[in-house]
Amino acid sequence: MRDRYDTVVIGGGPAGLSAAIKAKEHGLSVLLLENRDLLGGIPLQCVHPGFGLHYFKEDLTGTEFIYRFIEKFEKLGIESYTNAHLVEIELVSDIEKRLKVITPRGVLSLQTTSLIYTTGARERHIFEIGITGNRPPGVFTAGEAQTMMDIYGIMPGKEIVIVGSGDVGLIMARRFALEGADVKAVIEIMPFPGGLTRNVVQCLHDFDIPLYLSHAVTRVEGTKRVEKIIVCEVDENLRIKEGTEKEISCDTVVVAAGLVPYIKILEKIGVLTDPATKGPIINELLETSIPGTFVAGNALVINDLVDYVVEQGEKSADGAREFVERGGIPTKRWKRMVKGRNIRLLVPHYLSGEEDVMIYARVLKPEENVKVRFLEIEKEIKLPFVKPAEMLRLKLRKEDIAKAKDKITMEVVQA
Amino acid sequence: MSEIKRHKITCIVCPLGCEIEVKTEGDKILEIKGYKCPRGKEYAIQEITAPKRIVMSVVNVKGSYFPTVSVKTNKPVLKKLIPQIMKELSQVELEAPIPIGKVVLKNVAGSGADIVTTRPAPRSR
Repeated sequence: MRDRYDTVVIGGGPAGLSAAIKAKEHGLSVLLLENRDLLGGIPLQCVHPGFGLHYFKEDLTGTEFIYRFIEKFEKLGIESYTNAHLVEIELVSDIEKRLKVITPRGVLSLQTTSLIYTTGARERHIFEIGITGNRPPGVFTAGEAQTMMDIYGIMPGKEIVIVGSGDVGLIMARRFALEGADVKAVIEIMPFPGGLTRNVVQCLHDFDIPLYLSHAVTRVEGTKRVEKIIVCEVDENLRIKEGTEKEISCDTVVVAAGLVPYIKILEKIGVLTDPATKGPIINELLETSIPGTFVAGNALVINDLVDYVVEQGEKSADGAREFVERGGIPTKRWKRMVKGRNIRLLVPHYLSGEEDVMIYARVLKPEENVKVRFLEIEKEIKLPFVKPAEMLRLKLRKEDIAKAKDKITMEVVQA
Repeated sequence: MSEIKRHKITCIVCPLGCEIEVKTEGDKILEIKGYKCPRGKEYAIQEITAPKRIVMSVVNVKGSYFPTVSVKTNKPVLKKLIPQIMKELSQVELEAPIPIGKVVLKNVAGSGADIVTTRPAPRSR
């Protein structure tokens, strides 16, 4: 065990494992820190298929997908600590960082040149989505329910209402139905489902689970246990429509109301964040506003596909190599990415034109027959449709980026 | 003469999500419309005649770090067999250690598919 590394990876999920593997393959000295007692992150509890179609060209379950990375990580002999909590980052110079890490073996002080932050996301809880009423037992986040069912083999309840129709909510609806629970409804505040069409079909239609669009859960009722919830219709401004109240009896409420990048410790050292992604502002190497500090996966931006998370993990390792080998990223003429019409969020925020860059973006509202335009560089891509649930992933070539002076605006317009 | 039925199917072969309408009479398909590619047509026919799914769950395991190990069918199975498959899975109890990808139940519910583990279950120390 050493006390100085070229790169330390924080988080042992798909982004962290793929970043550590790539960094090791680049010849860097690598340490990975994971705060849980085993490596793998959230895919360990994802027993459903649909993982790896891009990366492995195979349809794997989350567990199968992540074990391919765990096995590779172990084969490469990469150092790691589990049960390790990063509590503080100290910037000792423009290049070097010191990390304070609490482990079962005591407090460690480690020095590193680069840091790859892949701590994933936290789930939005019932307190954040305006549901009032009682707080009896029986209210879980989707991830909590998934851990109970798919790791510990415990059914959280019998009569379930799911709040939120993103992929996580839809997949949990199917898991509950498969295991014999009565899934009463999935409640979605927006007028369209939050998840992929394939999940609406395979998770809800297959089990005749009703989806209430433009509906909000306003209240949870119950004393010793959840007894019912009250739902209302909402108008186009998401305001409750008077007189539309109805009750759904249930013993369990599962909140699947979205994820938020979990970057507390980065915020403490002053990393600039983007209010749209809730993650850090980054350049094409996935480097944050603190030099040599990289971020990937759901800590960067909430992704639909684990394949994109792995891609970002690998990219951040490329960034770490460049930082370590060159003693910092040389000053570049960064061109800003600007959000235009029907773009809700996009990363990276700054591009140099010195390399090809993968752009990840999300739209505000669904539209058909559109083109994605990158103004200033006159690039257009026609698409049959865009949906908020489906992240856009487009490659910009360095020659194209180089054409821009100081900014590139991305917008979605009718074709 | 059996009754003429209309089925609405949302295609999931690609993200386009075509709405396909299939008209059937008994076992016979009279008309399929709304698909934009041959794969969509094929999917619609399969959905009407013999819809298939991958089934996943967890089964109990003794002597491992976690009390369950995750499993799936190694190929898509007829949708109508799902309840029977889940019932058979609830009877399974395994003993650690179990590697990932091990067949733990052959020809589950007569589906022609095997149940394989999708997580290893090492023996707990």
